[in-house]
Amino acid sequence: MTRTVNEPAEQTATPPPRPSPLRAAFAFLRNTWRGLVTMRTALMLLFLLAVGAMPGALLPQQPLNPPLVTQYIQNHGWWGRLLDKLQFFNVYGSVWFAAIYVLLFVSLVGCLLPRTVDYFRQATAKPVLTPRNLSRMPHHARTTSTTDGLAALDLARKQLRGWRLIERSEEGGARSISAERGYLRETGNLIFHFAMLGLIIAFAIGKLYGYTGQSIVLAQGNQQSQWCNSGVLAYDSFSPGLRVDGTDMAPYCIRVNSFSSSFLPNEVANSFDAKVSYQADPVNDPNSWQNYDLQVNAPLNVDGDKVYLAGNGYAPVFTVTYPNGQQRTNAIQWKEDDGLTYLSEGATKFDPPGITDPAELHRKQIAVTGLFAPTAVVSGGIMTSVFPSPNNPGVAAQIYEGNLGNDSHDQSIFDIDQTMVDSGQLKMVKQANLMLGQSVTLPDGTKVSFDSVQRWVSLLITHDPTQDYVLIFAVALLLGLVTSLVIKRRRIWVRVTPAGEGDADGRTVIEVGGLARTDQAGYGEEFTRLSARILDAAAGADRSTAGKDI
Amino acid sequence: MPVNETLAHYSTWCYGSAVGVYVLAMLFCLAEGAFSKVRQKSAAQSRELVGAGGPSVTEPTPPTPAAPRYGRTVEAPRRPLPERLGRMGVSLIILALGLHLVAIVLRGLATHRAPWGNMYEYVSVLCFAAIAAWVVLMAKFPIRRATGFVLVPVVILMFLGGTVLYTQAEPVEPALQSYWLAVHVTIVSVATGVLLIPGVASLLYLFRSAHDRNPARFARFAPKLPTSDTLDRLAYRTTVFGLPLFTLGVICGAIWADSAWGHYWQWDPKETTAFVAWVVYAAYLHSRATAGWRGTRAAVINVVGLAVMLFNLFFINLVVTGLHSYAGVG
Repeated sequence: MTRTVNEPAEQTATPPPRPSPLRAAFAFLRNTWRGLVTMRTALMLLFLLAVGAMPGALLPQQPLNPPLVTQYIQNHGWWGRLLDKLQFFNVYGSVWFAAIYVLLFVSLVGCLLPRTVDYFRQATAKPVLTPRNLSRMPHHARTTSTTDGLAALDLARKQLRGWRLIERSEEGGARSISAERGYLRETGNLIFHFAMLGLIIAFAIGKLYGYTGQSIVLAQGNQQSQWCNSGVLAYDSFSPGLRVDGTDMAPYCIRVNSFSSSFLPNEVANSFDAKVSYQADPVNDPNSWQNYDLQVNAPLNVDGDKVYLAGNGYAPVFTVTYPNGQQRTNAIQWKEDDGLTYLSEGATKFDPPGITDPAELHRKQIAVTGLFAPTAVVSGGIMTSVFPSPNNPGVAAQIYEGNLGNDSHDQSIFDIDQTMVDSGQLKMVKQANLMLGQSVTLPDGTKVSFDSVQRWVSLLITHDPTQDYVLIFAVALLLGLVTSLVIKRRRIWVRVTPAGEGDADGRTVIEVGGLARTDQAGYGEEFTRLSARILDAAAGADRSTAGKDI
Repeated sequence: MPVNETLAHYSTWCYGSAVGVYVLAMLFCLAEGAFSKVRQKSAAQSRELVGAGGPSVTEPTPPTPAAPRYGRTVEAPRRPLPERLGRMGVSLIILALGLHLVAIVLRGLATHRAPWGNMYEYVSVLCFAAIAAWVVLMAKFPIRRATGFVLVPVVILMFLGGTVLYTQAEPVEPALQSYWLAVHVTIVSVATGVLLIPGVASLLYLFRSAHDRNPARFARFAPKLPTSDTLDRLAYRTTVFGLPLFTLGVICGAIWADSAWGHYWQWDPKETTAFVAWVVYAAYLHSRATAGWRGTRAAVINVVGLAVMLFNLFFINLVVTGLHSYAGVG
């Protein structure tokens, strides 16, 4: 897009006969097209793209952070609702942003096609005729000599090795060299623009056919810690591309064996490390488990997908001993409230064993909720966490008994159903601070003990079939950019006009002219060097003839 | 590995000294501009040069007389005081650059990692790159008289870096523990530092070219600047160097983002603003090939580009919450 299309000046002499509607429509289309592919339009579209992309950085975005968007809309009243209606919370999926980049895309293609044709036409073309008046060129140097000046032409031929060069005889006996160099600039320029097109297309295809999802897995190394990419339901959250229906997914399995983390004294994380085993092809090769050390910055590549260690946390293990001696042990992930100290909250839920009567069941369901502190400090009865490592785990437990409501409607795994509490069907029966190994007895004689702590990890799974192509296009884009910026397309002409033609004193005139076809910056030095050498050759020949004369 | 506190202290001292010397150098260079006399013909001269597009003008150097082999020693003609001040300023910059380099190296040795893991360290590297690039460019372009104006933003950045953004030497969090920290952040900070120069040059170009069009405007200030042709070429040449570097930095960032966060591009605020800056610089290059946009308009675009880069550095890191929130500033 580095060429301006000069529109021919409008002719306003005689009003032409009224064109037929078809022709008028065609003319309109043609003019629109011409307008669209001009540099000026491309510049405007670039500005629009820059301005249009900006709100995406300043406003919360739906795909990145949905709760923040909801909050923003609530806090800003009509203004928030207006922005929402105008798709400002999903800028990169909005109609208007798409309009900008589609227009830019069309403008780019419209500009590239003729240029590519031109490029191949020029690949074999000879350098242009030497302009009649070299002194009108941006770079110009001139000298006169008593010799025939051909030494200058000889030297010019030697100096201009690597240039595309043609020597011509002109009318009146003058000889000239026309040379051009830097064709690679256009090559680089075209590569850059085509690579950019390719990158955008590959990016879009990747979005259509890719998917990303998250799943939380306990790091226990047992059956419970195994996760298989069997379908959409295996994920806790899943966002597919438009062309993904959840079938045909690579059927690998992952087992998280253990998880460890370390922290600096100021609670800043230092390392996260999950030891996993994975099975690339469970159907054909069910016994081939391979080990992998899954860390941040070290995702696992398996079967075209990538598995990342995206998060971690604690799952306190509780055992409920019923008055009849039966026991149930349960552990489920609690989510961290505080990213620094890992103070977490959650709800571990129990169904009483051996009870089939729904009414009885709905009196005896138990949920342990509250706060979990990996390094607990209790002061004044309030438990807080002072460090993220599990140095002194404690639970500020609130134990509820009654109807959890989990068979009537969906509920969060991190929380109890508040409507059940409000309706009195679920009552808090005990509140206690439990350290590791401690237990508490409920009014009905049921004992709840805090046995141990398990770790969980959150796995992020992504599938992007065009990622490699995006990288290849990005590298091509960069190489094209560098080539087109470093190499200068430039021309140089040398003309030797024999005595009597150009100079009043009857001396041979040697002229050098130069023109940088793209940006002028930087050609001056090279031209000065080249022209000085060529003119010096003429002067040198002059001196040696002068010497002979004496 | 624990942080070596002694080295960290030495690093901080070197940083402080470097800022001090930069301030001194800036004062010297600005004094040159303030007290030197306006050359009467300079405006006309520069206009002629723009039209010709010819080779660059070099500053006149006073002839140095051949030293007599014996007899009375003749003192070389002295340069006027303002010019001597300016040249002293440049010498001071070299000194400060050395201190600055030591500060960066010691920080790296103290923390056992690439010393650009938080905003303080990032700004430090950025400013180092800008000044080092300027020193190199001074050998190629007659731009010494603009040195003070490049030092102003650098001194401001380094002051903010040393006060508001300062963070203790510490290891970095797991997401940053990667060799890509060295690759991506080095390239991006150096590219940002380099792109500081065309921004300042374009800003000065706007003053200078306004003066060229109407000599009454900025009559006391603009003639002391390098010619508008020099400033324009300086801006273009450094942009042409800085932009591919920045592009490489963004590509490396995308590769790193893919291994650390699981997406090579997900319109994180930092990514978006980098994209916007890239588009603005692309517009700058295109504008130079568009009739009616060369010169003033192109210069304005370049200044906008720098503004977006600085916005990306400060606003996005400090105000907007995103994945790049590593500023280490509470």
